[in-house]
Amino acid sequence: MASLIGSYSLILGFCCSLIIFFFSVRNFKSPKSFDYKILSFTFLQLFFVIVSFIGLIISFINSDFSNETVFNHSHTTKPLFYKISGTWGNHEGSLLLWLLVLTLFIFLFLIKSKKQPNNYRILTSMFQQIIIIGFFIFLIKTSNPFSYIFPIPNEGLGLNPILQDPALAIHPPILYLGYVGSSIIFSSALAATTLNFISKDWAKHIKVWVLISWIFLTLGILLGSIWAYYELGWGGFWFWDPVENVSLMPWLALTTLLHCILALEKRLILTSWVIILSIATFTLSMCGTFLVRSGILNSVHTFANDPERGLFILIFLFSLIFLSLFIFFFFHKNENNNNSFFWLSKESSILVNNWFMMYFLSVVLVGTIYPIFLEVITSEKISVGPPFYNKLIIPFLIPFLLSMAIGPKLKWIKSEIQNKMYLVLFLFISFFISFIIIKNLDINFLINSILLTSSFYLFFITLRDFFIKGYQNLSQNLAHFGFSLLILSILFNNIYSTEVITNLKVGQTFKSKSLIIDFQSIDKKNEKNFQAIIGKFKIKELDNETIILNPELRVYNQPNIITSEADIKTNLLKDRFITMNLVSNQDYFNIRYQDKPFMIWIWLSVLLISFAGLMSLLKKRYEN
Amino acid sequence: MYGRKVKLRFFFVLSVLFILAFSAFLVLKSLEENVIYFQSPSEIKSLSEIEKKKIRVGGMVKGGSISIQATDLKFVITDFKNEINVVYSGAIPNLFEEGKGVVAEGFLKDKNFFLATKILAKHDENYMPPEVKAAIEEK
Repeated sequence: MASLIGSYSLILGFCCSLIIFFFSVRNFKSPKSFDYKILSFTFLQLFFVIVSFIGLIISFINSDFSNETVFNHSHTTKPLFYKISGTWGNHEGSLLLWLLVLTLFIFLFLIKSKKQPNNYRILTSMFQQIIIIGFFIFLIKTSNPFSYIFPIPNEGLGLNPILQDPALAIHPPILYLGYVGSSIIFSSALAATTLNFISKDWAKHIKVWVLISWIFLTLGILLGSIWAYYELGWGGFWFWDPVENVSLMPWLALTTLLHCILALEKRLILTSWVIILSIATFTLSMCGTFLVRSGILNSVHTFANDPERGLFILIFLFSLIFLSLFIFFFFHKNENNNNSFFWLSKESSILVNNWFMMYFLSVVLVGTIYPIFLEVITSEKISVGPPFYNKLIIPFLIPFLLSMAIGPKLKWIKSEIQNKMYLVLFLFISFFISFIIIKNLDINFLINSILLTSSFYLFFITLRDFFIKGYQNLSQNLAHFGFSLLILSILFNNIYSTEVITNLKVGQTFKSKSLIIDFQSIDKKNEKNFQAIIGKFKIKELDNETIILNPELRVYNQPNIITSEADIKTNLLKDRFITMNLVSNQDYFNIRYQDKPFMIWIWLSVLLISFAGLMSLLKKRYEN
Repeated sequence: MYGRKVKLRFFFVLSVLFILAFSAFLVLKSLEENVIYFQSPSEIKSLSEIEKKKIRVGGMVKGGSISIQATDLKFVITDFKNEINVVYSGAIPNLFEEGKGVVAEGFLKDKNFFLATKILAKHDENYMPPEVKAAIEEK
């Protein structure tokens, strides 16, 4: 029943799109007043999509296996929470979520943009509807979440157990708010370009939307990363996996956009940058969807290897890119060409930031796309691993960090550096600290000490500003401070991490100079949809108290998959992380124990960065 | 002569071009050094010489071939035409099982012996390296 309502609701929603598009075109020809039918139908469309989405959720809750999506991704013994999260834990449902966010954002946009000119609002709505129509067709034609199967199966196939996890249950909605939220920036940038409406006011108005997408995207990536850390059992937080990369690329573009918008708002410069970046952010999000959905990349996100879907998204993606580039080249008039920058000014520092970001973006892009290209052209299979990214990104991170410290201190138009003394002094202090830290370690001295110096430099400069400047530019300073904290934690984490991998039988003990791992016992426990084997490990480190860790092996019944659940003891200084694994029909357990210093600070600093975004957003609202 | 501004702009364009070329060079060079090629046991058999570079070998874990000791793990990767012995010490992913697909990363000692430094976890129980799939379909 719920499926049926959902299915019809989806079609009604699609009809609304066509109606809105028709009204928008008519209204656009005589835009004396805003046609409120557009708003009403946008609301109606949102309503239908919500109904359809709820319909799917209810089908999942009731385990209605006459619905193919539910059959493929759910099971009666699954806990309620994961039945619900299963709704978007698959291709069809997640696309419905895309659509939900698309319609939600255009509705909110129309409500919040009442002060803006009519034709701009109408055109934005029109562009957004083009995207929405594309996704409606995609959803209904190639991946309908409400397909009916007969005879009705008694039991579903179950959700991939590694997706049955709290962080990953909320990861898609949050990430999508960021990903798809950028669609509204795309639409409105295109509308503003067409109407030649790019102005300081427009910048101020669109900045709110940029911030919202950016905050959600940051949090979404964070959640995915935390999940990979404890669920995949590798103990790392970023693997340069293509699926991670496709979420990082829109983030880089969006972050750059955020900085350019500032310049646009204050000085009416970098307009081309803003337009290109608005287009790039959304296209990269789409591109990510294409890559993970088409089955080109193998990962948890690949729900189905269906070439038709990939082809559709690819065609849709290219038409959007073509449309936006057409608009950019034919409508965008670069009027104020006399904006020669003085080399020492805030705008040139933002420009420098842009180039760095674009460099990082292209490195990630090449690393992600190149293997696919090569496979298509020469059918040779390669993979590009972390060394590639490390080598290309780390050296450029150094000047990037330094300019992040200096840049915000500069004034618009023309600036001089005042109080040069403390800037130099801080550099020496940072270098001194790094020197002491690195000196006794057996690692590459040069690159590490310079990198550490520049991170400490940013850290101290931003820290000082909290006291000197107080509330002035607080959110900006907080974000930069968070970034320095992030890089510092990553560095220390890399430098001081240790790990032991060994095979042990129950009752055996592993001993090394600084560590004793005592595998005391195993325990069995039956849960609703899995059987758990829980190990008991006594860990004694030389300089630490003894701790007990209980990693788990879970044997899920449907689908029949074994997952290992890490056990992690976290404190402010370090994480102690253990996973165990059983090799089929052998007595030995494969044990991996890791000491991960400052792990929690990596998460906290990213949280801090997104919090800074939130603060800036609230401040904007307060000002208006 | 040209004005100061024109000279400056010329200089700017030149430096941008230089930076672009330089970074393109870096990216390509780094790619060349850091990519890892994927090969099947049959492809390894047909190699003319053993390279020292890191590679990935993919195939199925041969039934009954896994043996594990305190320090290392031995198994055989097969693509149903040829096979290769693998020695590995390190973390073992969940879906590592006899008769299932596996991808091992490491170095070739000779054509029959592979020293793995990493075994890759595949997220999906039904995953099979494409070569293996093709090999099975051929049979």
